[in-house]
Amino acid sequence: MADNVFIALQNIPDAQPIIEAIVEDNPGAVVNETPGMVKIDCPGRLVVKRETVEEKIGRAFDLQELHINLVSLGGNVDEDDDEFVIAWGI
Amino acid sequence: MSIDLKTASIDPIRQTFDHLAAKLGPDKKPTRYHEANWGLQPQLNFHYRPTWESDKNLYDPSRTAIVMADFDDLVDPRQYYYGTWTIQRGKQQDSQEKNFDFVEGRGLLNGLDEAWKEKIRQFVTPMRHVAWGANTNNSYIGAYGFGAPITSACSMHMMDELGVAQYITRIGLVLDDNDPARLEAAKDLWMSDAKWQPMRALVEESMVTKDWFELFVLQNFLIDGTVHPLVFDRFDREVVAHGGAVFSMLSEFMADWYAESARWVDAVLKRAAAESDANRELIEGWIAGWTPRVQGALLPLADFALDGRGAETVDGIVDDLMARAGKAGLKV
Repeated sequence: MADNVFIALQNIPDAQPIIEAIVEDNPGAVVNETPGMVKIDCPGRLVVKRETVEEKIGRAFDLQELHINLVSLGGNVDEDDDEFVIAWGI
Repeated sequence: MSIDLKTASIDPIRQTFDHLAAKLGPDKKPTRYHEANWGLQPQLNFHYRPTWESDKNLYDPSRTAIVMADFDDLVDPRQYYYGTWTIQRGKQQDSQEKNFDFVEGRGLLNGLDEAWKEKIRQFVTPMRHVAWGANTNNSYIGAYGFGAPITSACSMHMMDELGVAQYITRIGLVLDDNDPARLEAAKDLWMSDAKWQPMRALVEESMVTKDWFELFVLQNFLIDGTVHPLVFDRFDREVVAHGGAVFSMLSEFMADWYAESARWVDAVLKRAAAESDANRELIEGWIAGWTPRVQGALLPLADFALDGRGAETVDGIVDDLMARAGKAGLKV
């Protein structure tokens, strides 16, 4: 439990492609949905991949767009143009 | 004393309307695109047959030889509905307008070599008629097509093609101090100049092609898929190499739009071909039948624009296009 990382996004239509991409790319992800916010917990490491989001959203996507719908996150962050990684001990 | 705050979670019994749940599955949330397109096409209980085509219904899937269990499956990966499409085009127009202001305001096209100006006059400006043909053709698909995903997308595409025609017109005008006589001159080339006649014949025949999916293949895949790379990629590079980088600035929209639209066109072809072997063979047949005409229409124009290197350029463009077809699951 203490090793979980999490990301919380607004539960709005614009953010659904990102949420779907995270669920697809992180097999250990547990999704907690509330009317306003989706909190995704994951043991150890969670990755948001630009390519997967682009497949879901149907257009070019800049990973920095994540911040528009980001509520909070827990973990250390390592990011480049293709992956936004949340993990402990980076 | 401790205060225990409890949250009661009230889950909705249904996520969405029944017709959307039927397509998506019971617990998935539809996007606005799905809500705007699925189930929109009237299919039953028409009150009368059209007087102008009494063997068909007002909306009739048999206006194409393509057969789909559900025409709503021809979805647009860009997920454009009116709201998102207008916002996106608005942004692109703002950017393009700034480019036009910049070039016109500083007279940046004035310094271009007369030979290259003449090439733009004879090769680019009459393309406004090709774009207008594309506008007319997509209007036809919007009118006679079946299923909101394709008719909506083609109606938006129709307006985009009009925008392309308008931008091409403005490039021609900016070149010559906004003299409208230049448009008349371009029309004369379109009507009687030898190098334009095969293209004009092709565009005119496309406008009497009855099967709307065949027209989709001809116009949005074959014609746009060759004309745009020729004018706004191959020719563009030549102009830039000869001091005409401003031409690129003025055609920014066309370059972006083409790449974005190609994704949509390819996705529609892929889904229609995946539906059945019969569909796939139909599409392959249309491509095989029309491609030589398209090549024939481009050749004299490419030769003019690229000083005799037309054949190899057109071959290269067609190869790229056939590679796109291959990725869509078509054997061409």
